Amino acid sequence: MQTSSRPLPLGKRHPAERWLYPRPEGLFCEPGGFFIDPNKPVDKALITHGHADHARSGHGAVLATAETISIMKIRYGDGCAGMFQTVRYGETNSVNGVSVRFVPAGHILGSAQIIIERAGTRVVISGDYKRAADPTCEPFELVPCDIFVTEATFALPVFRHEPADREAHRLVGAIRQQPDRTHMLGVYGLGKCQRMIALLRQAGFDQTIHLHGALVQLTEFYQQCGIPMGPVSTIETEKAARRRDYAGQLVMCPPSALADRWSRRFADPATAFASGWMRVRGRARQRGVELPLIVSDHADWPELIETIEQTGAQEVWVTHGREDALVHQLGLMGISARALTLVGFEDEGD
Amino acid sequence: MQRFARLLDNLAYTQSRNRKLALLAHYFQTTPDPDRGWALAALTDGLPFSLPLRRILPELLSATVDPQLYRLSRDYVGDTAETVSLLWPEQVRGYDPPALAAVVADFETVSRNDIPKLLSNTLDRLDISGRFALLKLLGGAPRVGVSARLAKTAIAQAFTREVGEIEEVWHALDPPYLDLFAWLDGTADRPDPGGRPVFRPMMLAHPIEDSDWPQLDPTDLAAEWKWDGIRVQIAAVGGDMRLFSRTGDDISRAFPDIASAFTGRHCVLDGELLVVRDEEVAPFNDLQQRLNRKTVSARQLREFPAHVRLYDLLLEGDDDLRELPFEERRRRLEAWYANAPAPLTDLSEQVPFADFHALSEIWSKTRASGIEGLMLKRKSSPYIAGRPKGHWWKWKRAPLTLDCVLMYAQRGSGKRSSYYSDYTFGVWVDDSSAALEPGEVRLVPVGKAYSGFTDEELRELDRFVRNNTTDRFGPVRAVEPKLVLEVAFDAVQLSSRHKSGIAMRFPRIARIRWDKPANEADTLATVKALL
Repeated sequence: MQTSSRPLPLGKRHPAERWLYPRPEGLFCEPGGFFIDPNKPVDKALITHGHADHARSGHGAVLATAETISIMKIRYGDGCAGMFQTVRYGETNSVNGVSVRFVPAGHILGSAQIIIERAGTRVVISGDYKRAADPTCEPFELVPCDIFVTEATFALPVFRHEPADREAHRLVGAIRQQPDRTHMLGVYGLGKCQRMIALLRQAGFDQTIHLHGALVQLTEFYQQCGIPMGPVSTIETEKAARRRDYAGQLVMCPPSALADRWSRRFADPATAFASGWMRVRGRARQRGVELPLIVSDHADWPELIETIEQTGAQEVWVTHGREDALVHQLGLMGISARALTLVGFEDEGD
Repeated sequence: MQRFARLLDNLAYTQSRNRKLALLAHYFQTTPDPDRGWALAALTDGLPFSLPLRRILPELLSATVDPQLYRLSRDYVGDTAETVSLLWPEQVRGYDPPALAAVVADFETVSRNDIPKLLSNTLDRLDISGRFALLKLLGGAPRVGVSARLAKTAIAQAFTREVGEIEEVWHALDPPYLDLFAWLDGTADRPDPGGRPVFRPMMLAHPIEDSDWPQLDPTDLAAEWKWDGIRVQIAAVGGDMRLFSRTGDDISRAFPDIASAFTGRHCVLDGELLVVRDEEVAPFNDLQQRLNRKTVSARQLREFPAHVRLYDLLLEGDDDLRELPFEERRRRLEAWYANAPAPLTDLSEQVPFADFHALSEIWSKTRASGIEGLMLKRKSSPYIAGRPKGHWWKWKRAPLTLDCVLMYAQRGSGKRSSYYSDYTFGVWVDDSSAALEPGEVRLVPVGKAYSGFTDEELRELDRFVRNNTTDRFGPVRAVEPKLVLEVAFDAVQLSSRHKSGIAMRFPRIARIRWDKPANEADTLATVKALL
């Protein structure tokens, strides 16, 4: 699908839009000759983090953190880009003369905000981010800037995530209260899965956690990066699963497997789902979730507003999610804001 | 209030009917009077409040939430009570939840001017779940995936009774149902409905399957037309009369004409509620003008005259006929009617037939107004509450179908909130029609459907809508006219309320024709030919 952003009258545009603007492939920095998180193969891509809607295969050259590059290779194979260049958090690189710096975004392991400085203007492209504590990644680093390019996944005032540790305790409590049932926790495979495991360990859950095959490789990668996951095992073939008794156990799987026949093999399964979307009852009911856990790797409404205020940015560009609400709110706050309407981002992921 | 809030939460997130029943049963067993009675009222007939929540809530919220953000949030969440419960500012001094009965007492006695203040103060004392429960309680039917019938079944289970025993006294009871619970607890006798008309659980039919025919002997069966109205029960006793829907909802207030036709009668009848003009059954659309109303105007009474076509006689005076065979009840019904016919009623005609081949001829050839198909009833069957197997069958006419083009989609609510799940579709205005300007849309909407597809198809349709949006109007999106939906429906009727001049009866999505080019969809002329 082709969509282009509706151009604003020239007088209202920020001068930086002459060198940083959306193209069908994604946000493009013209003097640097690079795209940020492009949705199709390009010559040069800067990647904020490893989620599939941001990191795609087939680029000529990729510039990203070491963790993001490893994640891309795990998912797409070693040859998923022509060449890779690793950046460290905080170090300044020059791409065709444009100064570029990656700092932690607090979203998942290896996630970064990308800072571009040119002609006295500092632009921070947040990628996806959150401010809440996460034992599996570096915390968000606040960088004051002129232009802040923000996500808007949860940009409605109804979205206020619960403290993640409390949600983990609720799950542990439910497992202990219903020892005859198998608890199935639906999680996205990269980030949420490993964060939930770490949170459950902090909540004192020391049983073996059984993983759906799709979650194993990335969890092993987190372990290799020195993030303790405790005892985990892989649920292997169908036969093996039937033989074993998973009553009283925790099984983690991708959200799609919750509704799948796959989950029906376990003892009287109780479904849980960890996501910011669980704030809305209808969303939990759509998935048949019995225990909605409101845990997200994205900023909730108060975090979005607070972060934008703290950056001091006078100009905000909103990428994907509920742009209209955030643009309206920023207008009320006297901050110039517009939606970039970039194509290809999964605005419902979490 | 907290217990009730937790109950609503648990019910909302529980799919299994048995687990829901267990949750409800546990609640009614362990919650004291009168809280449990108020909760029961909230889950069944609703509490007797009529608070202008729709006006008050946005006003109260506007002090802290921008109206535009409220509107966007409401659109997204799909439910006002939930939206407000999420947006209401948290109190720093913590919660102080009132008892359910105290909330009911407060709102029963509050003066109109003090409603906003009381509502605001009560919301301040509750957490998100509590606020949600409060607003559902005050707003009428909570719609938490629990029907009134399920709540009554749960009580029956909790206190090892038959649900019919509860149904038969239900309409003689009032919240908070102290006499009902006293009986269930074993400390009092079963409440006596005395001179009040109550609902008797109705007998329902199964759709006939191909595999049923070989088991059936035509001489055992009676056939009647299946009329396209709504099934009702008339209960008249002691100068009082009630009209009940199939599920036992009291709809009398919308039908004073029928009520006055039964003044002074003493009987319980089963029939079809219809709008009938000059002895001709009007389209269902006309009946809809009379349904779901608390009051009815003189004009509506005149323009949409109600009528009941009688199927069955359950009680004649105090004589309970339900154990008798259908054949015998039918004779009693005919005698009762011949003796003193009630105005605005007639008897459902019996359709004589020699064998199933002859009946099939009749079935396939009849497309008279108001007829949905045929009913087959075993002559020897007693009147059994529920949907017993092997007694009554409905043989509906095959639905009609049309290929329509998806034009607009709207977000659903409840389980479908945030999905584009309500679809408006249209057909092509014929090319020969000259009134079209260049570039004018050549599609005209003919109906709206929100059922007939699987959850998986819903996700695909939702994706299609998001990827092909051409315009947005609040929760509605216009889409590029390129997806063909095969729509099934029971009939097409003339309608002045629709731009196309026609309305469909029971439209639902039969198939999604991803394969079919939109220009091959049907035209308005084809639709009108079905009239």
